[in-house]
Formats: sequence, C-alpha cells, structure tokens
Amino acid sequence: MATPQPQRDALVQDTPLWIHDLTVAYHRKPVLWDVNLSLPEGQLVAVVGPNGAGKSTLIKAVQGLVPRASGAISVFGKPYEEQRHLVGYVPQRESVDWDFPVNALDVVTMGLYRQIGWCRPVNRRHKAQAMAALEKVGMTPYAHRQISHLSGGQQQRVFLARALVQDAQLYLMDEPFVGVDVATERAIVALLKDLKAAGKTCIVVHHDLQTVPTYFDHVVLLNMRVVEAGPTDAVFTEENLRKTYGGKLTLLSDALFEYSKNPQLPRGRKGGQP
Amino acid sequence: MRQRSTVGGAYLLTLLLAPALAWAADAHDHGLDWPSLMDFLRVLTLQDYNTRVVIIGTSLLGLAAGLIGTFLLLRKRALLSDTLSHATLPGIALTFIIVSALGGDGKNLLFLIGGAALFALLGTGSVILIQRFSRLKDDAALGIVLSVYFGLGIALLGLATRMNTGNAAGLSAFIYGKTASMLLFDALLIAWTALAAAICSLLFYKEFTLISFDASYAAGQGWPVVRLDFVMMTLAVVVTVVGLQAVGLILVVALLIIPPAAARFWTYRLRPMLLLSALFGALSCYLGATMSALMAKLPAGAVIVLTAGAIFVISLLFGSARGLLRILLERRAMARKIGRENLLRSFFELTEADLAGAAIRLDDLLKQRAWSPGQLDRLVSLADREGLLNRAADGTLRLTERGIQTATRVVRNHRLWEAYLITHADIATSQVDWGADEIEHILDGEIVRELERLLPEADQPAMPASPHALTPAAEME
Repeated sequence: MATPQPQRDALVQDTPLWIHDLTVAYHRKPVLWDVNLSLPEGQLVAVVGPNGAGKSTLIKAVQGLVPRASGAISVFGKPYEEQRHLVGYVPQRESVDWDFPVNALDVVTMGLYRQIGWCRPVNRRHKAQAMAALEKVGMTPYAHRQISHLSGGQQQRVFLARALVQDAQLYLMDEPFVGVDVATERAIVALLKDLKAAGKTCIVVHHDLQTVPTYFDHVVLLNMRVVEAGPTDAVFTEENLRKTYGGKLTLLSDALFEYSKNPQLPRGRKGGQP
Repeated sequence: MRQRSTVGGAYLLTLLLAPALAWAADAHDHGLDWPSLMDFLRVLTLQDYNTRVVIIGTSLLGLAAGLIGTFLLLRKRALLSDTLSHATLPGIALTFIIVSALGGDGKNLLFLIGGAALFALLGTGSVILIQRFSRLKDDAALGIVLSVYFGLGIALLGLATRMNTGNAAGLSAFIYGKTASMLLFDALLIAWTALAAAICSLLFYKEFTLISFDASYAAGQGWPVVRLDFVMMTLAVVVTVVGLQAVGLILVVALLIIPPAAARFWTYRLRPMLLLSALFGALSCYLGATMSALMAKLPAGAVIVLTAGAIFVISLLFGSARGLLRILLERRAMARKIGRENLLRSFFELTEADLAGAAIRLDDLLKQRAWSPGQLDRLVSLADREGLLNRAADGTLRLTERGIQTATRVVRNHRLWEAYLITHADIATSQVDWGADEIEHILDGEIVRELERLLPEADQPAMPASPHALTPAAEME
C-alpha cells in the first residue's frame, strides 16, 4: 500500500492533520481501512461513529501509539515525529489509574516534561504554567487535591489542562465529554471556543450526536473508513448518519442515540464494502 | 489498593514460613547462640569495621530497593521482580559449575552476580516473549517462568553439590540470605551498587513517574517508554542480584514490594511515599543484618522480611492516609454526621413555623423516620452534647442557636436538590425526597453554588418550601 514518494509530497499540504491511505489492524482484523483525511486549520472537528468504528484508534494512530499497516500522516506538513510539540493529546479518562499518588498540579506539569527535558526537575516557573492551565479549566481550587479525590468531570478537566499547558497548535481529544457533569461540559465547550478563537485546531472524538451541530464546525463520520467528512452543515445529514450507523433510523431520535452506544451492524456492512 | 494489599498479604504468609524454611536448611544444628550484652551493643553501635560495612551496605540495599520498588509497584510490575529473582538461581548454579570446572573459585561473588543478572534478564525476556506471542494473561506467564527457572536452578544446584571440584556448601546462602558469611569485599560491592541504583532511580524520577501513570501519553510525547521500562527493570535486577547474598532469592522480592506497599498507607503523594519506602526498606535491612551478625544461625533474609512485614501490618492498621483505623474513624464520623443531619432535618420539618420557640418530644420525632427509640435516643443525646439542642428535665427538646443554623443548612441542601431533581431531571414530586435524602449529607460547597445558579428562584438565603408533605402520615393519605 506504500504510496510513491513524489505523489505523497505532491499531496501533502500544510493542514494541521493530513492522513493518506491509513490502515490499522489489530491481530490481522482491520480496524481502520483506507482512511483519507485533510482537516482545516482553526476549526473544531468532531469524529463521530458507532462503537468499534475506530475513532480512538484513529487518534492513536496519528501519534504512532498503534502500529499502522500502511499509510502516511503529516501534521502541519511534516511527519508527526517531528511535530510532537505542536500536538496536545487528551486520552480517555479511563485509560489511567486515578489512584496514582499525585495531585492535579502534578498531572498537569506532566504536559511540560518534554519541554523540561531528561532528568531535570520541575521548577517554580513550570508550576506557574501548570497553574495557569488549571485556571483555564476552572480547577484552581483543586490544584493540590489528590487525583483520586476528584470527580470524573474534574479528572477530565485535569487531562485537558495537561494538554493545554503544552500550548499546542493541534489538540486531539478522545471522548472528553463522556461521563462528565454539566459544569465540566460547559467548561469544555467554553475552552473549545477559546482554542478556536486562538486559531488552534481541535479534533474531538464525540459520542453525543445531538450536540454535534452546536459544538462543532467540521465533522468526520467514521465507520472503519471515512463515510463522509466536511463542514457540519453540509455533511451532518440524516442520509450520511444512516450510512455511518447503518440501519433505518431517524435523525437525532432516541433510538439512534441508543444505537450509537451499542451498535449491532448488519453483516457485511462493517467491513466497509464499496 | 485492595490488590496491592493482597500482594502484601500473600507475602506476609510467605514470611511467616520463611524462618522455618531457613532453619530447616541448617537442620544439622538447631541451637541459636544468644549474644552477650557486650556483643549486642558492639554490633548495634557499629563498632566493628567489618560488621559496620555489612550493615551499612545492607541498609543501603534496602533503601535502593524501597525507591525502585515504589516505581515497580506503581508501574504494576511488582510481581515481575519475584519472577526475576527466582530466575537468578540457575544463573548462580551454572556459574558455580562452570567456574569450578575451569579451576576457578566458584564462589567469587562477581561471577555469581554476573550469572544471576544474566538469568534474571533471560527470565524477564521469557515473560515478555510469552506475553507477546501468546494470549496468556500476565499472571500465568509470570508463574510459568518463575517455576521453570527455579526448577532448573534447583536441578543445577543438585549437580553442583555433587561436583568433585569446588565446595558448593555456601551456595544455599543465596537462597535464604546470610549476612554473617559476607566478606568485606561483598559488603562494599553491595553498598556501592545499591547507592548507584538509588541515585539512578532518583535521576529518572520524572520519567518513571510519567510512564507509571500514563505510558501511552508518554509515548505520544515521544518518551522512549520501552527503553525507560528497560532501565527500570535493570535497576530492579541490579538490586535483586546484589541483594541475593544478604536476603536470599526467595525473599529479596519482599524488599521491592513490602516497603512501598506499606508507605502507600501513609501518604497520597509520591515524594513522601518514596521517602517512607526507602526508610522502611533501610530500617528492615538494618535490623535484619544486625540480628544476623549477632546470631550466626539466624538468616538475615528472614529477619529483614519479618521486620518489613511488621512495618507493613502497622501501616495497614494505623497509616495516616488510608490505614484501616483511619477508614473506620472516617466511616464512624460519616455515620454520626448522617444521623445528626437526619435528626436536625426531622426537627426542622416538625417545627418549621417557629424554630426557636417550638419544643417537641421524642415521640414526635420518632414518627418522622424509620428509627428505633433507642437509636433516636442516642442521636438526641449526642446532639445534646454537641450543643445542637437542649433536652429539658421534662423531656422536651428545643434547638439551640447553632442547631437552628445547622438544621437550616441541611434542609436547604435537601430542598435545593429536590428542586433540581424536579425542574432539571424531571423526577416526580413524590419521588424526590428519597434521592435527596441520600445526597444532602455529601453536597459540597461547589455543588450547592451550582444548584443555586441553576435554581435562581431558590435564591439565597431564602429557604425553598418543601415540594411534598413532610409527615409520613400525610404522605400516605
């Protein structure tokens, strides 16, 4: 599947994220199939699709956290490995053990470790930077609280602050809205708006179809392959959602919402046959 | 944490058996020679140069093990260190056989440590291979590698004792640990290596913390997670192999697991945890080495592990962060708080019209909730002592000024939550009391402010009216 070099260079643009012909497989079972994407700068992008559609895998594959079977990825025109400092990652909250003996401030300073460098200690300036990031997510009063004593929403905000403190250009967020309280959801939405105003690009794996049109400018509909991608107004249609989730569903109906939580796709559909 | 405690518990069991095992090894002579008081003081105060080096070296080993063990525990690799320590046995036996056969001194510590380290790495490699190329779970992979390598080691040790050249008698010290037989050179080697390992683990403090907390984030940031893991495991191997002679390979893992597990009960922060773990490790080793130096028949490993085990039990019970006593006290305090708040709310609801003036009797309160007369009496007495209400000689009850304030806050939280459930969660008026009954005790300032914001009509300091009837009798109608 390797793309010839000249053609690849011709296709690479300086977009925040450019993905060409990406295929990812776990134990020989494909999870992402022939994904092609080019995402615009300074926009809030939702990645939407049923469970097992490969949304998280896409975010991880961009960072090289899962092995790619084929494909090329570039971040602002260069390979990810050269552009790590431009990318802030917010993993799923469940991906770590929150019983770890650190406080919120410690977790946020982890976003600066790369900048601080090998074997050098965290100093007061770094802590001030981390405090500023915590303030942006409304977590200042909880900076010194042990992370296991935070609510789910507060933990999510700590993760966001850890990405913010890097001052990245491109943010990859994996389901930041899952299982959070109203206050956190509002804080995240405000934060996304701020980031957009500052010209940053945010790619957000999102599960709540109802809020997609209000929160996001751009949508990627994913079910192993990209079903459709583009501005929300044009792409987020009933027709396209049906193609993504498969099945006879009414747009934004409760059934669709339930279905997106636990999809049972008809056989053959999931393989993304043409 | 429960899992960590279980690991610790399993080791408690092991260490109970350890002295028996160790004495069985020296079965030909059971007598323990009790030291004289002078010997005792001489060893404890480190007056003898050789003993001093042995004890300081072993204590440094405990310190290093405490530090590295903390990271291993947090990286959830604690049991891997058990596997690699058992995997050293074939390395020791094989090195002895080869070196003796070649005419060298089979018990040269440098060679033995080299062989042990090689096999520890082989064992770790075997675990990783099994994990990668099979679908076996980690515990199975660890168990298989541990037992197979240890079995091989025992077999080779049997061969070694039957060899004509060399004297394999001292090799059992590597299984059970014996500081008494340690040479000065051995002790110096242990001291310097342990010190180097401790410094190394502190140098990588930031990196080890990051990969232990969130390895995939670290990888995304470009940290070489695999290489850092390798460094961490190498440090564990180093501590294990230099600790073999002092603690013995069966028990050396205890030094890597028990001190950090005990330290976890005292703190929620990593730095104090590292410090305490290092201290616990060093203390255990100091006592173990001292005892072993005093009584030649007493295996150091067993004493070290028993000391560590005692520290663990004390921490488990009295740890200031998550010890059992603290948890019990907190639970009791919470139960008291809930009882008190339920009492005050019932009181408030009965006398809402005239809080300061109204006096009621126990019987009136008894109807308000499903509490037994005895329970209620205890609650009232407690509240009386806390100055929340006054019980007059004739049995009438009256809220004090402080009682009224507390009751008002509790009832307000309760009603705010009810109003929230009705307006925002669409829950029937008749159902909200139950939901609010549970949550009113744990609403903190932030949530209350959020509720006030969501429910502007229930503006501070006004008290929202109850959305439902307040007496059980009225509800039934």
